[in-house]
Amino acid sequence: MSGVDGLYGADAALAGAAGKAGGDCLSANEWICPEYVTSRGQELADATAQHVWITVVSVVLALLVAFPLALAARRWQRAYGPVLGLTTILYTVPSLAMYALLLPLFGVGASVVVTGLVLYSLTVLVRNILAGLESVPDDAREAARGMGYGPGRLLFGVELPLSLPALMAGLRIATVSAVALTTVGAIVGFGGLGNLIYEGMDSFFKAQVLTASVICVLLAVLADVLLLGVQRLLTPWVRAGARKPRRGRDAGRGPGEDGGAGGPEPGGPVDTVPAAAGKEA
Amino acid sequence: MGFFLDAWTWLATGSNWTGGDGVVHRLGEHLYLTAVCLGAACLIALPAGLWLGHVGRGGALAVNISNAGRAVPTFAVLVLLTLSPLGKQGDLPTIIALVLFALPPLLTNTYVGMRETDRDVVEAARGMGMSGRQLLARVEVPLAFPLIMTGVRSAAVQVVATATLAALPGGGGLGRIITAGFGTYDTPQVVAGAALVAALALLVEGVLVVAERFLDPMRGRRRGGGKPQPSTDGPRSGSPSRSTPDKFDEKVIPAQPTA
Repeated sequence: MSGVDGLYGADAALAGAAGKAGGDCLSANEWICPEYVTSRGQELADATAQHVWITVVSVVLALLVAFPLALAARRWQRAYGPVLGLTTILYTVPSLAMYALLLPLFGVGASVVVTGLVLYSLTVLVRNILAGLESVPDDAREAARGMGYGPGRLLFGVELPLSLPALMAGLRIATVSAVALTTVGAIVGFGGLGNLIYEGMDSFFKAQVLTASVICVLLAVLADVLLLGVQRLLTPWVRAGARKPRRGRDAGRGPGEDGGAGGPEPGGPVDTVPAAAGKEA
Repeated sequence: MGFFLDAWTWLATGSNWTGGDGVVHRLGEHLYLTAVCLGAACLIALPAGLWLGHVGRGGALAVNISNAGRAVPTFAVLVLLTLSPLGKQGDLPTIIALVLFALPPLLTNTYVGMRETDRDVVEAARGMGMSGRQLLARVEVPLAFPLIMTGVRSAAVQVVATATLAALPGGGGLGRIITAGFGTYDTPQVVAGAALVAALALLVEGVLVVAERFLDPMRGRRRGGGKPQPSTDGPRSGSPSRSTPDKFDEKVIPAQPTA
């Protein structure tokens, strides 16, 4: 790809040297075209706004659905298997098929895309909320009970804050995936930046496809960084406790024995998700 | 619900299954693309992941590549490749995109699986005089097997999904039935195509789950034998299960005075 870009870049330089009129790169259909950004700024902004609201609404709804589901799965052993199984099955359905299957239920509209994204996000969120709740030390629970905490206060005052690292890790994965998956919503006309990619594909408009793709990746990265910041703010104790090894495995071993690169767990138990949990298409 | 009945009627119509746009041909394309690309991705990523995990290097790469793979929209990459000069090479853009998106789950899971093999067991094996290759083949790979297979499953599901999307820029596969239905406002066909794609994805996942059970080198000796739990999960039952060498020390050692 970079070789190709280089070629076109050289063309662009030549065209620029030959001089002249704005919109050259548009008529030459080049990949990188500042002219496109300036002339279609409004279109890009609208598409980005649609992309952002679809993603945000989906992830927030998914969180609202996932939390009771996770609590139910924890409360009733019988619900545990079905909840995890069902969300995993939903996760396996390819995005294009998911939107197509939801089409007759909702008709063409944003709700198809939002519902699809909610269903996808559920898998990661339910798993991570459960993992987070299970990681709460029994001592903390006992202490809270001993102090007279009722079930509600125990959940929201002790268990939820302590499971925030896992929850936030899941939220980040769900959000980044949702940003990428929104593009496929272009099939029903509600794909945010995906709409521009889809149009650009039909009209071979290279600058539009590349610009929309790049903004899409930037959105995902920005969302991830923002959520990471929120996570840091909400869980100051994780960093404070990161210096002390908390896991049994580490405790059973002398400080110098750990043979070098200690595996992919930087900074304690933040990334509790199995590395596989991620939906890309 | 009428649409779903119509979709069933579409599926039950024999003429929809034959010919160049028929289900059989599209399914063949889909399976071919999936098999070729999953195979190629495994050939690239498994040795790389095993080696990186064995020597314990490149952890940041292995973890970040899966984050990157998640942030980049497959649809965008497919369209970009199709519009590039590669787009004139038939299936090549589709194949490249499919392999690219199958790599991250394979690489990351293999690496993490290798690194999460119990270091004490690895040390013990080394102490018994095992060479690097023996260590890899007899200790690390068998212990990492569930996570490696999780990677293969994620990659397979990913490939099936991406191959569906490849229909949008004009590639083959079952996705074409969906996009053709969208093109002619034929909702029953859209739903029927989507049902086929979903069924295929679930079937591939199911076959790989069964394959994992049968191929597991530590079959029957692993706790639960099911999916690997998130790492903070910890033991849920109180009894210290002695049949699990990979979790053994975590539970026993902290109970003893360590000083």
